[in-house]
Amino acid sequence: MNVTQREPVLEVKELRTQFDTQDGIVHAVNGVSFTLNKGEFLGVVGESGSGKSVTMMSLLRLIPMPPGEIVSGTAMFNGEDLLTLGEDALRKVRGAKIGFIFQDPMTSLNPVLTVGFQIQESLKIHQNMDDKQSRARAQELLEMVGIPAAADRLDNFPFELSGGMRQRAMIAVALACNPEILIADEPTTALDVTIQAQIIEIITDLRDQLDSAVIWITHDLGVVAGLADRVLVMYGGQIVEEAIVNDLYADPQHPYTKGLLGSIPRLDQKGAELTNIKGQPPNLYSFPESCSFAPRCPYAYERCWNENPPLLNVGESHFASCWWDIENNRPRYVS
Amino acid sequence: MATTRERTEETTGLDQRAEEKHRSLWGDVWRQFRRHKGAMVGLVLLAVIVFGSYFGPWFWPKDPFAIDTSLANLPPSVESPFGTDNLGRDVLARVMVGGRISLSVGITAMLLSVFIGTAIGILAGYFKWLDGWLMRFTDLFLALPILPLLLVIIMLFRDTLRAQFGPELGIFLLVVFVIGITSWMQTARIVRGEVLSVKEEEFVLAANSIGTRKRNVIFRHVLPNVLSPVMVAAALGVAVAIITESALSFLGLGFPSDFPTWGRLVTDAKDTINITPARVIWPGMMISLTVISVNFIGDGLRDALDPRLRSR
Repeated sequence: MNVTQREPVLEVKELRTQFDTQDGIVHAVNGVSFTLNKGEFLGVVGESGSGKSVTMMSLLRLIPMPPGEIVSGTAMFNGEDLLTLGEDALRKVRGAKIGFIFQDPMTSLNPVLTVGFQIQESLKIHQNMDDKQSRARAQELLEMVGIPAAADRLDNFPFELSGGMRQRAMIAVALACNPEILIADEPTTALDVTIQAQIIEIITDLRDQLDSAVIWITHDLGVVAGLADRVLVMYGGQIVEEAIVNDLYADPQHPYTKGLLGSIPRLDQKGAELTNIKGQPPNLYSFPESCSFAPRCPYAYERCWNENPPLLNVGESHFASCWWDIENNRPRYVS
Repeated sequence: MATTRERTEETTGLDQRAEEKHRSLWGDVWRQFRRHKGAMVGLVLLAVIVFGSYFGPWFWPKDPFAIDTSLANLPPSVESPFGTDNLGRDVLARVMVGGRISLSVGITAMLLSVFIGTAIGILAGYFKWLDGWLMRFTDLFLALPILPLLLVIIMLFRDTLRAQFGPELGIFLLVVFVIGITSWMQTARIVRGEVLSVKEEEFVLAANSIGTRKRNVIFRHVLPNVLSPVMVAAALGVAVAIITESALSFLGLGFPSDFPTWGRLVTDAKDTINITPARVIWPGMMISLTVISVNFIGDGLRDALDPRLRSR
């Protein structure tokens, strides 16, 4: 299955989001462009503050505005630009066409409403179901995400469920209307490893069943390696590398990706020393005029300080924003 | 291992099913409320007071308005357990009738003040552009000297309203209105503060992410989460309203004297406090008991409405 050749469901171009804070303007997302294909599993990795979540939340305009502001860009979804869509039309996309799973299952369910109510809410909004229909469907959804005694769980309040169960309930909420895209924002970070494995399994199963595209935001490169079809690596509010998952791990083209991969302990290389990426993540108070990774990059040369590299084609479906060709140890020349 | 876990979850599920067959949100609240001793005592006490005020006259059929000067200023006896006043009217009967007005004023004024306070608090907390204006408006009201203001409003509008709605309803509406619009500020501030923190919660984001209308986000997701302080404010509000009404009546600007309320009864009795001190004590005690029981109920409600406390 070559997902890169399937038809695109979401096309984001030159997305820029910034936040007007007391200390100045934070350039959180700086010209992000990517395409999501039907049924594709897209991994988005990057360190904290690299703009992963803000990018995805900007698509549905879920960032707080103000202080947030989407400065420019388009996000074409089913022939409509999500970023300029009217409030009502956007609401019909949220939840119905694009589902969102949040990081922390402890806080993303409303503590005073029953789990059933919260799953039913989406069904009532988007599919005009009455109470009975939506309840039956909610029960079905809870069974689908593997919650035992689903009929009884519908009447439970979130505090009566464990973390793993709550995250499953959140997934049920996000999946209620069979969305075309499921955006999962570090859905397993707050969970322990065994639950994590179950959640991943549930989402991959559902992806196969419903043929939804999945955007999986994480900083766990291991999870991405096992799941994703394609990976975006983000740094400083930009995509620095985009590749099919195997290409990325076998042949990273950006020094940052190389650094990230070098910092993961590996079972097959016993005794090998882990490398680290020296320096601090960039502060985002100024718009990047140079490569934002340059201060930490061992390969940085003059051009890196003067010009911010765009995403350059470095192989089949493989892009990296770097002026240096590590393999051949020479600057990358582009027309 | 997986099968063991599943089995345990299955069985606990079954056990709970039997036990929780008819559970509902309000059933849960009631279950928790019942565990709060103070609240239960308060509820029983308030029930007795309310029952006594509204149905007491059926069991104590003395006319609270019948004047008989030969029976004036009697101490408590079997004939009239609370004694009689300086015109020979039965104080027990008057306290019962007075309770109707005081409780009605307290509850209605509280509803008005909680409604205004919650509305302003939610608007200010949720909509940033309204926040400054509404909170300065609230500060303005907080800065007003309430009692003189009440007196002035009542003086100005008493006669117009009396002419419009009749002496009783006119005064009732006026008193409820002035108490309502001068006691919402604390509620507004509390609600605003709560809304400010609740609206940043991830579940509000989650509600937005499934396309919930703004109106429903506010009413379904934000409002229920700020309800517990509102409940407490409401309970306190009843108390404040009853006390304010008593103060107004005590100052002679509430209900007319032929129209007993607890505050009015205290006023009328104060002149003969040396002869019949019981006349001051009974209505005064009613005010205190009502206020205390209402406060206890508010306390119990707060605990019962918070599902995070409910699991205890």
